Amino acid sequence: MITLNKETIAIKREQDVVFFRNRVNEYAEKIKMGLLNKTKLLTAASELVRNMLIYAKEGKVICEIVTISALQTGIRLTFIDNGPGIADIDKAMTDGYTTGKSLGLGLPGAKRLVNIFDVKTVKGKGTTISITKWKNG
Amino acid sequence: MDKIPILKMGDYLLVTIQVDLYDRLALNLESDLVNMINKHSSKGVLIDISAVNIVDSFMGRILGNIAQMSKILDAHTVVVGMQPAVAITLIELGLPLSGVHTALNVEKGMALLQEKLLLDSTVIADDTDDNT
Ligand SMILES: Nc1ncnc2c1ncn2[C@@H]1O[C@H](COP(=O)(O)OP(=O)(O)OP(=O)(O)O)[C@@H](O)[C@H]1O
Ligand SMILES: [Mg+2]
Repeated sequence: MITLNKETIAIKREQDVVFFRNRVNEYAEKIKMGLLNKTKLLTAASELVRNMLIYAKEGKVICEIVTISALQTGIRLTFIDNGPGIADIDKAMTDGYTTGKSLGLGLPGAKRLVNIFDVKTVKGKGTTISITKWKNG
Repeated sequence: MDKIPILKMGDYLLVTIQVDLYDRLALNLESDLVNMINKHSSKGVLIDISAVNIVDSFMGRILGNIAQMSKILDAHTVVVGMQPAVAITLIELGLPLSGVHTALNVEKGMALLQEKLLLDSTVIADDTDDNT
């Protein structure tokens, strides 16, 4: 995968989320991603950035335009935090699992909305989640 | 602090969400609406989300909460104008917005609310019939 464009956005407060979502929207428009794919990407991003703020207090997101061939371009977002990590990632990835009193939809839902979903988490050290959405498909 | 305006039109409350909803704003809308329904004994709430580009699990839940709470306060809630891409995404996310009435646009939403009000009054009339 080749990165064409890259930027890091710090997430510290809720207001940063609005800026971040606008930025992702601009990236999606830049590569002419279709409306449905864009909506899915933005929704997945919204879930992950909220998790970051709630469970890790803060973090950052690396936004990239990536390509694997002349035909396939997409957006990769990497959410990096130094929070508590996810104790049981298998459980966390199932619908309805939450350590709060929420619905436990964020992680499994976000995974369904993107093409590539990759989690690395170390207890006590933090969590890195990378998602990629292709422009087509 | 941003605020989403709520318009009172007779028995109804009308909300048009024109800005990007972040969590605090959505939470404020929820409590503002509950207060307004209470204060005006409103019978219906119409929420136009045609300008909203993303509804994630949090905002979906807020819409569900508003519908549930208005029901407790004896009002109906109709969400109108959800973009097709948003609706598809919500289903894939796993949040099918159960319990929230939806309509294509404001006009159809109003018609639905009026229908529901009418139905309410017939049900009450039926009840009295049964008692006699
Ligand atoms: N960045 C993170 N750092 C630490 N723990 C996390 C992080 N993201 C998720 N988790 C853990 O994984 C669980 C599942 O997350 P998920 O987003 O699926 O559900 P939720 O946030 O609990 O509920 P919902 O997203 O439906 O509001 C969370 O309850 C939390 O314990
Ligand atoms: Mg979550």
